[in-house]
Amino acid sequence: MDIFIQQLINGLVVGSIYALIALGYTMVYGILQLINFAHGEIVMMGAMITISAISVLSATGIGLPGPVLVVGGLLIAMPITMLIGFIIERIAYRPLRNAPRLAPLITAIGISIVLQQVAVLVWKNNPRSFPDLLPHEGHNFFGAVITDLQIVIVALALLIMVGLLVMVEKTKLGRAMRAVSMNQAVAGLMGVNINYVISMTFVIGSGLGAIAGVMVGANYGLAYPTMGFMIGLKAFTAAVLGGIGNLGGAVAGGILLGIIESVGAGYLGPLTGGVLGSHYQDIFAFMVLILVLVFRPSGLLGERVAERA
Amino acid sequence: MSNNDKKLLEVKGLQVAYGGIQAVKGIDLEIKQGELVALIGANGAGKTTTLKTLVGMVKPAAGTILYDGQDTSRIPVYHYISRGLSLVPEGRGIFPRLTVEENLLMGAYYRNDKAEIQNDLARVYTLFPRLKERYKQLAGTLSGGEQQMVAMGRAILARPKLLLLDEPSMGLAPIIVQKIFEIIRQIASEGVTMLLVEQNAKLALKTASRGYVMESGKITYADSAEALLANEKVQHAYLGE
Repeated sequence: MDIFIQQLINGLVVGSIYALIALGYTMVYGILQLINFAHGEIVMMGAMITISAISVLSATGIGLPGPVLVVGGLLIAMPITMLIGFIIERIAYRPLRNAPRLAPLITAIGISIVLQQVAVLVWKNNPRSFPDLLPHEGHNFFGAVITDLQIVIVALALLIMVGLLVMVEKTKLGRAMRAVSMNQAVAGLMGVNINYVISMTFVIGSGLGAIAGVMVGANYGLAYPTMGFMIGLKAFTAAVLGGIGNLGGAVAGGILLGIIESVGAGYLGPLTGGVLGSHYQDIFAFMVLILVLVFRPSGLLGERVAERA
Repeated sequence: MSNNDKKLLEVKGLQVAYGGIQAVKGIDLEIKQGELVALIGANGAGKTTTLKTLVGMVKPAAGTILYDGQDTSRIPVYHYISRGLSLVPEGRGIFPRLTVEENLLMGAYYRNDKAEIQNDLARVYTLFPRLKERYKQLAGTLSGGEQQMVAMGRAILARPKLLLLDEPSMGLAPIIVQKIFEIIRQIASEGVTMLLVEQNAKLALKTASRGYVMESGKITYADSAEALLANEKVQHAYLGE
């Protein structure tokens, strides 16, 4: 039972991070019906830039406390990733707005490779340890351990997700985003600057990606230029699981996928008699992806209201 | 009465090529301040393309469009509505997963006068009590007639100077069409200039003061509504008499 609770906690932590990243995929998909495969690389950039920024900040010798350094690094990384997201949309997707759907998908993969290789050039193709600056004192929780860091990750992720949902539901920009996702031409007639809304979607998604990247780095203690691929694929799976295009679905899908993965990994060894160890945890995400695509392609919350013409 | 002679819209030699075919082949059209003008014609005559061109959704191949004395061809689509040009598109163009009220408020998207927006919203609910009852419902779940009411109400919230209506009667039951045309007359009586595109030519000409008949991308008749209703050829071709 202890293992179960422990894996549930770990799953919730990882799942919160997946959810943040999945929101970036699903927001873009909702508006452009495009899978922005470069989003995983945005997450990676968030983590790598933060690590570099922290080392610059610590080199100043002011002796800032650890958490301040991490937050400072993140505050430097976020605008940079937001700018990268903005530029990606401008150069890789906007010129192809009216092209066949396959074309922007290919540029998405191209951009993803470019970002990854730029990162390899800048940081070399080695894992970097994420500076150990955050408190991770453990607390007993029904026989399992939950650390300060884990509590912060889950709480912050939930706070950001609630904030995003409120923004989309209650603000004028949010209403414009939803309108653009339903009918671009008419939204334009209503005075919505479509290009601005699309740019903002990429900027917001990339900001969330940077935060998620720092969470990944802090949680696993390391980051590397090729990390974006796997984390991006899993968050994409989470978005599909929840119903791509649906914000609540991305949150539910992310958390659910994190829990499935962690709990599954915890029992994989004993169940297979030690043949498959917990390092085979990645199979769960892709099993989920395949099962969803076969049995419920619209995802858990992907059902839409009847639309009359 | 000099104000009433002011031309709000003046179109000269407008040509539009749309999807490889020439949909509008050089038309002239003008609307004076406060007029309700009908544009009638068969399916595919180029009426919808003309309206789309007037709000910048389609760019003209040749010709000039002067709105309020100014050439609008260079302004982006999303600026037309704040200049008072508002289109209620064919098929209504409501946002299916926004609520009725959110749809209506999209009409006031460009406005920042919150108190006035609330007044206009209240006015729309007085015109269409049905929408008030359903203000929280997703617009995609409404009937066709109710969706047309949403589209009209949304247009009212934009406070247009020139309102372009594309087939407001399409696919609606006769009793709903009556209600919609009542509202059209009421908006017109409040001084909003209107260009009404309709396949229901008789109804359109009975509502409008002047009319244009469009055929294969050209204007074939331009006259007062009464004269068009009395014109034998128009009667024969469009009024089913």
